[in-house]
Amino acid sequence: MSAGGAPALGLAERFESGLDAPICLTWELTYACNLACVHCLSSSGRRDPRELSSEECMAIVDELQRLQVFYVNIGGGEPTVRRDFWEIVDYASARRVGVKFSTNGSRITAPAAARLAAADYVDVQVSIDGASVDVNDAIRGTGSHAMALRAMDHLAEAGFGPFKVSVVLTRRNAGELDRLKTLADRYGAQLRLTRLRPSGRGADVWDELRPTAAQQRAVYEWLLDQGEQVLTGDSFFHLSAYGQKLPGLNLCGAGRVVCLIDPVGDVYACPFAIHEQFLAGNVRQEGGFTSVWRESDLFLDLRRPQSAGVCGSCGFYDSCRGGCMAAKFFTGLPLAGPDPECALGHGEKALAARGHRPLPRPSVNMSRRAANGSPDAIVVV
Amino acid sequence: MAVVEAPGVKAGALADAATGFDLDGAWRLDPQVALRPEPFGALAYHFGTRRLSFLKSRVLVDVVVALADRSSARQACREAGVGERELERYGRALATLAESGMIAPRVPA
Repeated sequence: MSAGGAPALGLAERFESGLDAPICLTWELTYACNLACVHCLSSSGRRDPRELSSEECMAIVDELQRLQVFYVNIGGGEPTVRRDFWEIVDYASARRVGVKFSTNGSRITAPAAARLAAADYVDVQVSIDGASVDVNDAIRGTGSHAMALRAMDHLAEAGFGPFKVSVVLTRRNAGELDRLKTLADRYGAQLRLTRLRPSGRGADVWDELRPTAAQQRAVYEWLLDQGEQVLTGDSFFHLSAYGQKLPGLNLCGAGRVVCLIDPVGDVYACPFAIHEQFLAGNVRQEGGFTSVWRESDLFLDLRRPQSAGVCGSCGFYDSCRGGCMAAKFFTGLPLAGPDPECALGHGEKALAARGHRPLPRPSVNMSRRAANGSPDAIVVV
Repeated sequence: MAVVEAPGVKAGALADAATGFDLDGAWRLDPQVALRPEPFGALAYHFGTRRLSFLKSRVLVDVVVALADRSSARQACREAGVGERELERYGRALATLAESGMIAPRVPA
């Protein structure tokens, strides 16, 4: 398989022991958002007054260029509400730091779409969480389905090419996957399906919105059929315990090959783990992002071999790797043990046995009108 | 993990390629590809297709980098220290990279 001096380690092991620089990272530019999705993993809503300035953002791009980070996944909040959003995107593109940004579509006007279509190194993900208006709007808010479709119309008319239609899998839309695929196809776009995490406000709706075990199995089969036609951001690697691996790296890259920079410059192990326990440092500290990535105790620790816990005796551990760290943490399960949505059902048993300890809450909550950490309205139909 | 998209992952750029490879042709790294050296070889990212590839050997990286200013892929291999008996394997690796658009034929100067 390998030519000229094979490395002793396989790729997964290489990556689990960390790289000198991330392959890519998520960068939430702002916590400000004009929507209030019930499952927002960053509990966004209001802008944090300590948000990184334009100059600080450009300095981060310079650093990412030096580190040869291939691309950043820009999100928020709604990143396009930042006044310097386009400036940051242009600055990154000019330095060959690729940008893939997620948007609810509200600001993807016809001129914005034309501008995007003309840009190299920029990719767009429009979020929508249901093929039908009812399913989507119950989660993302009234009018958000139409808003996303308008943005897709503009991108298609501008000839952007295959942008991404980004869907979080829920109990409500699990039956709409073919329709969602058709919708993406209609725009010449690519469907991207990711996992609902119990992170941010997602923790409050996770029990009601996560797919049932039967849905999860069906989605796995559907994804296997789709192959590389549907993107997943590697978010379903815990399902490889059903038997066959889905396309992708199939490992948890948190703090090893990916991480999160939040709007105030805090660096977390991954976008789903906004909690003190997964906070590695801040880009404003001496040495900047590079030293956080290379020297933080948390990241160095994550790059050491991890305990499999009770999963060690499971024949599928080598493929599922115990699943998602953040999903375990925010549902109160031990990190060394099964994912709450373990394909073999071990997670369900662990959830049932966890008792009534209070669950960890995210460190950040910028939700509008929500002092107590709960979204103001959970409308689940 | 959020980010390394499935179609981007071509784990093992050195896996068997179905077709042969024109070792005597002139090649180059696609201008849209960024190559990042790593202890195991290199990561290669194509900004057009958004595919990520792993080059699992440093010698292969040397070959790929040299392609642009050698008259042929065979020449680039030789200078990187690839022996005659290894040429076939390197040819297969290069074929895989060509298939995914990481390297492309070029008109020799």
